[in-house]
Amino acid sequence: MKKRKMSRALRENLIGYSFIGIWVVGFFIFMFYPFISSLIYSMSEVKILGSGIDVQFHWFENFKNIFQIEEGFQFIEALISFLQEIVFQVPIIIVFSVLIAVLLNQPLKGRGMFRSIFFLPVIISSGPVINELITQGAGGAAIFESYGFISIIENTLNPGLAAPIISVFSEIIIIFWFSGVQILIFLAGLQKVDRQIYEAARVDGAGPWESFWKITLPSLSTLVFINVIYTIVLLSTFSENAVIISIKSNMFNINTGYGMASAMAWLYFIIVMIMIGLVALIFIPKTVKEGGKRR
Amino acid sequence: MKDHRKSMKSRVKRFILGTNGTNSTLAKIIIYILLIAIGFLYIYPMLYMLSNSLKSQSDIVNPMVNWVPTAIYFGNYERAFRVLRFFPTLGRSLVVTLFPALIQTAVTALIGYGFAKFNFKFKKMWLVLVLMTFIIPVQVYMIPRYVMFFEFGLLERPLSIILPAIFGQGVNSAIFVLIFYQFFRMIPQSINEAAEIDGAGPYYIFFRIAVPLAVPAFITSFLFGLVWYWNETYIASLFLGSAYPNLQLRLANFVSEYTQLYSSDELLRINEGVRLAATLLIILPMVIVYFAIQRWFVEGVEKTGVTGE
Repeated sequence: MKKRKMSRALRENLIGYSFIGIWVVGFFIFMFYPFISSLIYSMSEVKILGSGIDVQFHWFENFKNIFQIEEGFQFIEALISFLQEIVFQVPIIIVFSVLIAVLLNQPLKGRGMFRSIFFLPVIISSGPVINELITQGAGGAAIFESYGFISIIENTLNPGLAAPIISVFSEIIIIFWFSGVQILIFLAGLQKVDRQIYEAARVDGAGPWESFWKITLPSLSTLVFINVIYTIVLLSTFSENAVIISIKSNMFNINTGYGMASAMAWLYFIIVMIMIGLVALIFIPKTVKEGGKRR
Repeated sequence: MKDHRKSMKSRVKRFILGTNGTNSTLAKIIIYILLIAIGFLYIYPMLYMLSNSLKSQSDIVNPMVNWVPTAIYFGNYERAFRVLRFFPTLGRSLVVTLFPALIQTAVTALIGYGFAKFNFKFKKMWLVLVLMTFIIPVQVYMIPRYVMFFEFGLLERPLSIILPAIFGQGVNSAIFVLIFYQFFRMIPQSINEAAEIDGAGPYYIFFRIAVPLAVPAFITSFLFGLVWYWNETYIASLFLGSAYPNLQLRLANFVSEYTQLYSSDELLRINEGVRLAATLLIILPMVIVYFAIQRWFVEGVEKTGVTGE
């Protein structure tokens, strides 16, 4: 009896791995091995020779150099502006997508059309396309400049505060364009909220404003978490992101090379992970409570 | 009389404010205005592109010409077409878009099914690692991957893009594994058990029962794969480079390639009209696909349960 049970478990293991085995093999070849080598590269001097590559281990030299050489300073600068961008853009994208999802969740004529418009950017936003749009002034700068909006901000706020706000507005359409998937995710979540809860709240005298804060938003909290993570990943892997461009150019720079570029990539990775960790710390206690209530 | 007036007033009030705020006419009008305004901001770059790509040089510099060109001018498209070498480049783009998207869909379906239907050792660990592969920035593992492909002589060949897809490690493969995982979990286990009692093996069940049920997930995954591979430029620029440029890479180098081709002609200096025409040509194939079958994109996100419960 026991033997048969064992063989059944073994059989299930074999069948399971026959389905996912290809992923496991791919994971070791294309993820795990490169991940470990990149860690080694980041702590080595990597030279490309005719016969192959030469890797000389030298501990944290590369990481120290990031703070000492010109290319390193440029990288740090790009990293700081990336962090500023994340801090400004992620909340804007999340608030904006909740807003649009709530609007689209109303019984309206032409809902389908609006939904297609708001999703269209996902289809076309590649690095070079967005780059062209921004340099040609189609990113939103033109609309706001023509109404003197930018100069008002410039004149009234101190420069430290005005600069990020202006950069947000001059690329506002691009920020909107990063919201397509998030809007759909929120919309799908909203459609699962039981209509009867709203009815009950209305009977108890809650207006739409209170319903939004007390019913709609709490029921979206898990999805807010998912979308914040998604947005951070989206922005941090966008190919026109200055940090990524910097890492790539240092890869083929004689002064820096693969070793230094790997060190930069690792620094970037650690910072992105810290950000995601912080977001998880903020959201997970809440979502666990929510999830518990719902189940 | 007084009664009548009172009921009129309440009717007007109801008309404007509605019985419960959300379905009142006033609220609806505000919602429509908001949606139309934001919708306009969304498609503003597209309209800008279309309008300016149809302007001749004199229309572009003329401050009197705003949205509508004085005459529709196709010269920009003609030159953009030539600089991009559109059809040969489109062919290359399709090779590194269609194939990986198709392969990735098939492979991630297999993987997702494995995770959804079987219990095996380290399953939780592998699932967490699937998630990790989505979060880790590409830059961390791309340099050694580049070196590896260089040593195997795969660089500058489409296989460098297709090979990771075969192993479920392509662009955003993790998302597709999770989509299929969610989808196949929704299929009741009792169907599998019934088929097993009838003597069907796990692969028979997968191909004959699970796959036909998952057609929507397949279509959505394929379309998203198509779009993400089409728009992917970081990996393509690293692995394909200038030896095998696809449309996105040609657009990224548009200015230098344009000046190479038209450097002698002062009258045909590069301007925003040509650049926007080129940009429009790059997005056109995906826009056509999108409007032809858009419901699969939009409803797919809801139907396949990406939102996760």
